[in-house]
Amino acid sequence: MGAIAAEATQAPAREFTSIVRLEHVEKYFGAVHALRDISLSIGKNEIVGLIGDNGAGKSTLIKVMTGVLEPTSGRIFVRDEEVDPAEYSVRMAHDLSIETVYQDRSLADKQPLWRNFFVGRQITNRFGFIDIQREKEIAAEILLKSIGFRGAGISVDSTVAQLSGGERQGIAIGRAMHYDADLIVLDEPTAALAVKEVRKVLDFVRKIKESGRACVYIEHNLAHVHEIADRLVVLDRGRVVSEMRPSEMSVTELTDYLISLHQET
Amino acid sequence: MAVPRQQGLLRSIEGLPIILVFVLLLLFFMWQAPSAFLAPNMYTTFLTTLPPLVLLAIGLTFVIGAGEIDLSFPSVIAFSGFVFAVLFKEYNWGWFAVLAAIASGVLVGLINGVLIAKVGIPSFIATLGTQFFWTGMAAVLSGGKSYALRGAEASSVWQAIVGRPFAEAGSFGWVNQVAVSPLWTAAICILLWFILTRHRFGEHILFIGDSNAVSRVVGIDVEREKIKLFVLMGTLASIAAIILTLENKNFFGNQGSGYLLTAIASVLIGGTSIFGGRATIVGTIFGCFVMIIMQPGLVAIGLTGSWVLTVQGLIFLLSIIFYLFVDEPQRRAAFFARFTLSASSQEIGRTKAAEKSR
Repeated sequence: MGAIAAEATQAPAREFTSIVRLEHVEKYFGAVHALRDISLSIGKNEIVGLIGDNGAGKSTLIKVMTGVLEPTSGRIFVRDEEVDPAEYSVRMAHDLSIETVYQDRSLADKQPLWRNFFVGRQITNRFGFIDIQREKEIAAEILLKSIGFRGAGISVDSTVAQLSGGERQGIAIGRAMHYDADLIVLDEPTAALAVKEVRKVLDFVRKIKESGRACVYIEHNLAHVHEIADRLVVLDRGRVVSEMRPSEMSVTELTDYLISLHQET
Repeated sequence: MAVPRQQGLLRSIEGLPIILVFVLLLLFFMWQAPSAFLAPNMYTTFLTTLPPLVLLAIGLTFVIGAGEIDLSFPSVIAFSGFVFAVLFKEYNWGWFAVLAAIASGVLVGLINGVLIAKVGIPSFIATLGTQFFWTGMAAVLSGGKSYALRGAEASSVWQAIVGRPFAEAGSFGWVNQVAVSPLWTAAICILLWFILTRHRFGEHILFIGDSNAVSRVVGIDVEREKIKLFVLMGTLASIAAIILTLENKNFFGNQGSGYLLTAIASVLIGGTSIFGGRATIVGTIFGCFVMIIMQPGLVAIGLTGSWVLTVQGLIFLLSIIFYLFVDEPQRRAAFFARFTLSASSQEIGRTKAAEKSR
């Protein structure tokens, strides 16, 4: 996979200390103040768990981080270099090797896997026609090597609709790893999954860490995130209210802490 | 209710179900009305009436595949037809009339695209509005008049677009009726087949049809692709308008009105998903064939013309149900779950069935 990966990504292999750093980011949706003065840095090879109640701003935060939303104000640094928030886009984030895996919005259901792997950055000739054979070959390789789907009855021509929830997350994470992402953002990857499937996904997340990449992990289930994160960031009503190591608090204490945030007001 | 993970036979050949329907229908008509359906004149006539319908339906295949709809193309048939007729006849613009007519189709498509992608009006509503507007424009500008393009056969435009290369003076055989317009139409179909199945644009269109949200997060510029989509539709509709106007050697204000439902039905019976995300050009072409042989076919076997719409409607509905059941296993599962479970457990049963069918 090495040669293919090197070819498929244009990301420069430079030294850096943080893959993404936000400084004083604010985001308004009309009158709604969704993010308030967020300053957050994601290190090179750490799993950061992002937790907080519904509406705390977790999703908005990762959307700003990955170029889906433009912040109202604030600065964004990728690999220690400032990017213009107005120009920062999903495509640019891809080029800077930041990949996002959304809970249910990463793969298109009716499309075959090979198209899902390459959509948005197809291998084409100069007229924009896709090299189907090459895309399928590489997709088959990703299936086998990075995801380890062997003999599960899944081929590159299978449609996403034919996969289980855990398999979908695996495909999406495998795709992100194929593109040699330095940062993989996971938006509730285990939501609505059966216990066995959750295990698979957590194993995928460990693989991200083992391969030297960083990961931002949004999760409702505190036990999952506590188990796997190097650092926990707690959001409440658009603000970062605390950061901690999982060892500093047990899952129960963490739960009580989150509940206490709401009883204060 | 496990669904095999491999592609079924019906999906392995593009458009297979509708091809079968067409062949059976054709054989049936040949058997029941041999005098009409075993004579070449019937088919040369089809070849001259098909191109406008096929061009519209091919454009709609992209539009419906993207999960959108365009109701404004009949007005493009009127408006671009008017632009072409008036410039061709009154101003003798020749080939520039063709270019101007296409430009008018591009303009209509561009406005549709901007209204839908940038302003955010649902395509059903936006194109309903522009449909009224451009039909009205054509009526206002033409003053309700029709334009007869007498003597158009002599022009290079007519010869090149709808000409009859085998026609001989004084002869009335079917060979005389073979037109060149199907050739252009076929060329456009082949090009667009490659665009839909092998080009970045086609892939983006199907992903957008599948889910706008997914398309955005994988980095597709959804707004721009939608504008391109409606421009494509407008362009094809204007080409259809030119061919139709030249073929009839006449322009009249409501010349597009018969195409709206026929074109949409052709696309859907061809197998393009009403929910977007799946589209087939081969299916659409055979869908057009089915829609267009129905009229002479039913009349030839002795039914009155009034039956045509009824039978077309029936075939349309049956095919929609067929595709729902073949292509959407979740829906099929949900449908049967409705009969096997008591009313109170229906909701639970439905989700379970849908999960199992994955």
